[in-house]
Amino acid sequence: MSPWNWTLDGWVLVVGVLSACSCTLLGNYLVLRRMSLMGDAISHAVLPGLAIAFLISHSREPLPMFVGAVVVGALTALLTQAISRYGNVEEGAAMGVVFSILFAIGLILIRQAADHVDLDPSCVLMGNIESIGLDAMVERVPSAAVNLMIVMALNLLFVGLFYKELKICAFDPTLATTLGINSNVMHFALMIMVAITTVANFEIVGSILVIAMLIVPAATAYLLTDRLGVMILLSLIIAAACAVLGRILVVLGPGWFSIDASTNTAALMATIAGVFLALAVFFSPRDGIISRIYRRTALSLQIVREDILGFLYRWHELDANAARAVQRQDVLLALGDSLITRWALRSLVRRSRVHVASAPSGGEHLTLSRQGITEASRLIRSHRLWEAYLEKHFNLPLDHLHMPAERVEHYIDSDMRKRLDQDLTRRGRDPHGRDIPKEANDI
Amino acid sequence: MGSVAVALSASTASLLFAGDAPVVGRSITDNRLIWPSWDVVVRTLSLHSYNTFIVVLGTTLLGIAAGIVGTFTYLRKRAMVSDALSHATLPGIACMFLILGDKNLIGLLSGAVITGILGVLVVLGLRHVSRLKEDAAIGIVLSVFFGAGMVLVTFAQQVKTGDPSGLNRFIYGKPAGMIRLDAALICIAAAAVIIGVVLLFKEFRIVCFDQQFAATQGWPVNLIDVLMMGLLVLTTVVGLQAVGLILVVALLIIPAAAARFWTDGLLKMTLLSGLFGALSGYLGSTISALFARLPTGPVIVVCAGVLFFISMFFAPRRGVIASLIRKHRLRRRIAFQNLLRDLTELEEAVGRGARVPLPALLAKRRWVGVDLRRALAQAVDQGMTTSDEQQQVRLTRSGRAEGLRVLRNHRLWEMYLISHADIAPSHVDRDADLIEHLLPPDLVRELEEALEQQARIPPSPHVKGALP
Repeated sequence: MSPWNWTLDGWVLVVGVLSACSCTLLGNYLVLRRMSLMGDAISHAVLPGLAIAFLISHSREPLPMFVGAVVVGALTALLTQAISRYGNVEEGAAMGVVFSILFAIGLILIRQAADHVDLDPSCVLMGNIESIGLDAMVERVPSAAVNLMIVMALNLLFVGLFYKELKICAFDPTLATTLGINSNVMHFALMIMVAITTVANFEIVGSILVIAMLIVPAATAYLLTDRLGVMILLSLIIAAACAVLGRILVVLGPGWFSIDASTNTAALMATIAGVFLALAVFFSPRDGIISRIYRRTALSLQIVREDILGFLYRWHELDANAARAVQRQDVLLALGDSLITRWALRSLVRRSRVHVASAPSGGEHLTLSRQGITEASRLIRSHRLWEAYLEKHFNLPLDHLHMPAERVEHYIDSDMRKRLDQDLTRRGRDPHGRDIPKEANDI
Repeated sequence: MGSVAVALSASTASLLFAGDAPVVGRSITDNRLIWPSWDVVVRTLSLHSYNTFIVVLGTTLLGIAAGIVGTFTYLRKRAMVSDALSHATLPGIACMFLILGDKNLIGLLSGAVITGILGVLVVLGLRHVSRLKEDAAIGIVLSVFFGAGMVLVTFAQQVKTGDPSGLNRFIYGKPAGMIRLDAALICIAAAAVIIGVVLLFKEFRIVCFDQQFAATQGWPVNLIDVLMMGLLVLTTVVGLQAVGLILVVALLIIPAAAARFWTDGLLKMTLLSGLFGALSGYLGSTISALFARLPTGPVIVVCAGVLFFISMFFAPRRGVIASLIRKHRLRRRIAFQNLLRDLTELEEAVGRGARVPLPALLAKRRWVGVDLRRALAQAVDQGMTTSDEQQQVRLTRSGRAEGLRVLRNHRLWEMYLISHADIAPSHVDRDADLIEHLLPPDLVRELEEALEQQARIPPSPHVKGALP
């Protein structure tokens, strides 16, 4: 019998996806506005909110508890602002002060009420997503799923209606103000929505893991794109993937790894979100560590390749009678015998820019192929045009022209060469009196 | 929401909140505090019971250590990094538990040290290698490490035959269960912190306030930073058992933030912060020993919170009340001087000794009614103006002198802006409005010299033809 049970796990899946997506939707704005930790603070404040609501109303009715938690959550945002403004306390510290005191009060209050009603401590930490199917049902749908659907709808409505306003406030609050959008009101509305979402998710994923769902998928998406719409969409997909994978691993994982113990779905969702984030940090196409290393290596390889071509070209130029052929050793001596030089040389040979012939006296002779000459002459042209340009406009002494040109030559394209050429009066010669090669056409 | 309030088995409750015997024979809606008997008070305060002694000693020492370390964390604006650090200890504890079992406290805590440091490194690393900002990095480390820890904890609860629910004591803290070893560990940590800070006080100070300067002076900034972090990790890890990983950050942040209100000196702040930490630890553990059903860790945090709010409101210079009073006085002074200046300007237009009706005054600038009334009363009190039955105001000699002084400051500054800062005459009024109340006499003298305006009142630049 498969351990996967659709009636139970199906609902856990739905609730997990709803929970992750509703958090992530708002989390995008928290990440963009650099207020991720506000999500942390608010989620901690839910606990005293629930406890106070219970102590005041003496009931476990959902509504008062919900309202209590939302109020205290929103209060956290206000208190943090007030302390950091009036007390001149750094914002992070103000947040730490507020949420830890509130959380402590929450624990004390729960302890006060602990003899007759208990918040399950593991529920506070991890939620009770596992027992969703055993809960109260509304028309055969678990009540938690109904709650989350409402919250999800509210969040979608909020983001949909105020998409433009939220966007402007996230990126440029000052501009928002000048456009007549009150960014303080937007900020507070966002805080209230975060509080509502956090409270609704508190029982599903617990007070600390809700932070993972708020921030991590959104941060992952932030690493992958520069567009807000794409970011939101990506983050929702990632969040849903976390929920689905988390549940599948919890149910089927023990079978796969033949371990006789499973674990907690919400905690696993957070961990998987972390794995996704790590993947994005390393492999994001533009900003990933690996991609950046790859791009940098490719660039330095390209530069060394061009330097080798330039070296060979100059050698041929000076040694027009071919009195002495270039040895492999000469190149390594001139450009430094490093891994990257050898690599670049090998790739030039492979691309048949450079021909290798074994000399009768031993060693290897290098000559440029026709394509190699074309490319080398372009590079030399760029180099000498730049030298001439520097000499004309910057009045540099002759011995100061080579180094800057050596650096810039790799970035000068044919268009730029044309403009440099037009600018120069004494065409055809560089300041050192050498010929500037003609613009070469591709063969 | 009904399921939030899940009925809890008595065993789990006692594991979480153990520390006092269950109170029997009370009705279930009874929330009253039970006052301790005199005997209990005496025994608790005199630390008669060995258990109480260990707990009070441990939490007080922890408060000192956390307060001192927290000062530097606070000044380096790393308060929330310590939150990430404390949450990141959980996977290490759970891992070591899976390997070693729960008897080996040192083993568990060394696991906590390892993943705690790892967490901090990830926070710093994420900021360097990705474009995530610090807040996101902290939130990510905090929640993902904690999630991974919970995965391991739930896993451990099913695999291990030992007492895995004992891991909860690291999350919520369970100081009542402190034994001599715990207190000894805290003692060692506190000693290390104090010795470290005494030896490296100068180094810590320079890194806290100006890292670049420290680097150019040749200080090994990174090494100092690592040492500071090391003390932070040490304090956090030994504090886990006392207040739990969620609340240990409170002991690191709150005393330091409270101490900051009282002083601008680092040494004073460090000592005060240590004192506040110690007070919170002592008061918290004592109060929770005196009353039933008060968990120690949270009470310590609330005590620290009370100290914080007292400091925030009542500290002499940086406190909220002190600065409100300062602002109020400044506002009154400005209103008063504005009134005299307005009257002087009206006299200039109409002629000396003119009676100015209230509406003319009100038209002169945007007054808040209260301010004008108060300023008028003050001016009459000090004999600077007289006021008749029709509420017409007239300057006296001393009032005119003061008004001329302010007006002169205003005009001097306007002229200075026009002639030296090259600002258009139509743009100087507002600037001068702000500065006229604050110009000290020596600056006025400098302005006089610069503008060659010795005694007379410069003409207003806003009147046509007034400027050369």
